[in-house]
Amino acid sequence: MIEFVIPLADWINAIFEEVSFYLSPVLRSSSVLLESIIKQFENILIWPPEVVVMAIVGIIVWKLTNYRLAIFAVLGFLISYSIGVWEETMSTIALALSGTAVSLLFGIPLGIIASQSNVAERIIRPVLDFMQTLPSFVYLIPAVMFFGMGKVAALVATMIFAMPPAVRLTNLGIREVSKEMVEAAQAFGSSRWQTLIDIQLPLALPTIMAGVNQCIMMALAMTVIASMIGAGGLGMVVLRSMQTLDIGMGAVGGLSIVILAILLDRLTENISKKQKEQKNTH
Amino acid sequence: MAIIKVKNLYKIYGKHPDKALKMLEEGHSKEKILSDIGQTVGLNNISFEVEPGEAFVVMGLSGSGKSTLIRCLNRLIDPTSGSIIINGKDITKMTKKELNELRRQKISMVFQSFAVFPHKTVLENAAYGLKIMGISQGEREKKAYEALEMVGLKGWEDFLPSKLSGGMQQRVGLARALATEPEILLMDEAFSALDPLIRKEMQTELLELQENMKKTIIFITHDLDEALRIGDRIALMKEGEIVQVGTPEEIMMSPATDYVKKFVEDVDRSRVLTAEMIMKKPSTVVIYPKDGPRIALHRMEESGISSIFVIDKQNCLLGLVMAEDALHAIEKNEKSLEKIIRKDIPTVLPETLLKEMFSLLTGKNLPLAVVDDSHKFKGIVLRGTVMAKLAGGIASD
Ligand SMILES: Nc1ncnc2c1ncn2[C@@H]1O[C@H](COP(=O)(O)OP(=O)(O)OP(=O)(O)O)[C@@H](O)[C@H]1O
Ligand SMILES: [Mg+2]
Repeated sequence: MIEFVIPLADWINAIFEEVSFYLSPVLRSSSVLLESIIKQFENILIWPPEVVVMAIVGIIVWKLTNYRLAIFAVLGFLISYSIGVWEETMSTIALALSGTAVSLLFGIPLGIIASQSNVAERIIRPVLDFMQTLPSFVYLIPAVMFFGMGKVAALVATMIFAMPPAVRLTNLGIREVSKEMVEAAQAFGSSRWQTLIDIQLPLALPTIMAGVNQCIMMALAMTVIASMIGAGGLGMVVLRSMQTLDIGMGAVGGLSIVILAILLDRLTENISKKQKEQKNTH
Repeated sequence: MAIIKVKNLYKIYGKHPDKALKMLEEGHSKEKILSDIGQTVGLNNISFEVEPGEAFVVMGLSGSGKSTLIRCLNRLIDPTSGSIIINGKDITKMTKKELNELRRQKISMVFQSFAVFPHKTVLENAAYGLKIMGISQGEREKKAYEALEMVGLKGWEDFLPSKLSGGMQQRVGLARALATEPEILLMDEAFSALDPLIRKEMQTELLELQENMKKTIIFITHDLDEALRIGDRIALMKEGEIVQVGTPEEIMMSPATDYVKKFVEDVDRSRVLTAEMIMKKPSTVVIYPKDGPRIALHRMEESGISSIFVIDKQNCLLGLVMAEDALHAIEKNEKSLEKIIRKDIPTVLPETLLKEMFSLLTGKNLPLAVVDDSHKFKGIVLRGTVMAKLAGGIASD
């Protein structure tokens, strides 16, 4: 038997206590700000009459993609509304999209940095591996410690969970751009920056869009888990049904989440498809 | 003065270039260096100069270092040692910024696989170099239009490259390179991916452009026909070294090594050899009006020939006198050649191809006269020489 155990858990607890003691005033106040931004977003979706939201979403989806997906969107929302989880759905959309936005805000630039230097890639890669394999419950706890229960902790957890694919696929997309293209740009005297903006990023766009798609899907998945730390939304419905063994309620929440997932997935997929088509119609 | 001066250029691929350079110095071969220390010799002591307006062709088998060489000239590849002087400046010592300036202003490149940008329209592609130069949109589009018109792509400006055939895509590549009005054009197997007919067409167009614009062109190919057609001079590379540099004529007529000889052997001579390459100095001529029939007959007798070419004092060809006509004139006691000069003889220009001369020679046993544009007499082509060249003997001089 092992007599001596390295007290890793104790150490980490000690470190976190120290850090959170000094940092929490700062983090909590910034958390208040973030919370109000997400709340605002949520309110925009919840405040108008449901019909108006459905109509606007329908039109946006139609403009971005095609009428079939627009019909699906409106029908899906109608179902969510009629089974009584409208507010929760809006809240989930707000949180998932905020999480996606923050993930992309950091993920895409990080991916670009990783693509530009092998050293950067070697540093970023293991961090991403770590973020992706770490069971999410493990970082839910420190997130709550730093930011308190609520939407901001959920946002941070979402970022940890959803950012890696955005970073990876941005990096991959840029690195996959053929050497010929880069050489051609260089041969005309393009600087690194010009090559990146004018050649590499546009050519990497389909791959980057695949990363955005994955990022949205994972952000959505995280909102369910994050309901345990007070994220609210559809995840809360599912969580409550689990606690009360209310199978019917669980199905309602689950169905709404699935509808959202399909909608967001098709939406991003169709946007990138449409981009490609526009280019080819010349 | 030379526009490009390459001196003792080496390129070693691998982590230990110094060791490889040392082994080269000791006289080891490329294979030994690769097997012993795992370094690939890309270029081995290359030196040459290119004059402004010259079309300099680099030939060689696959892996002989052609692409490495041309990519060193705009430093897409950094050479290991040696100097490349362009317009008096050593580009191997340039900073990134100076280098980009050079690439924007002076040197353009055309790629084997076209490398046109698939997400940009034909017009945007052609304007790319100008955009990088920082030229305003209006002006760069104007210049791009002109460049596209020059390569025959008028009307295709708003299409994406994917809608164009290979030949047309390469024209876009050429327009993109020409739009910045560079002094030097680097073309790495620019026409190799095109089918033979389009390829010929592009060669012709390039020659025309070259005639009008007098660009300095470095052109890489492994097709001898193409090299002979385009090159003012040709360099032959083998295992990273230049084995011979010379005019097409020199390469064809006096290959320096067996490697070069192999290269020129399987070419279709009738489509490559020109009158200038195979003509000889006539053993003798007569000058009108100074010389009369008697002198003409005497000279024919001396050289053992049955006809003689007549030129004037300015060396312009007037015609041909046959031995029997000269004899008649002597019998009639005529003093001048005037009446017996045959003026309707076939002549060829120095650049006339062997296959065209062949048809002129059939049936008659007279030599062909080679004259230039201003009718100056350059030399003669004998029927026997034409036949021998067609049969493939190079050393039949
Ligand atoms: N990036 C590289 N790393 C290592 N070795 C290289 C690299 N590029 C070229 N080489 C080697 O250098 C030598 C010259 O290659 P290069 O591409 O210049 O030949 P080439 O004459 O252009 O051939 P081809 O006709 O096939 O285009 C070859 O032996 C090749 O394997
Ligand atoms: Mg090559």
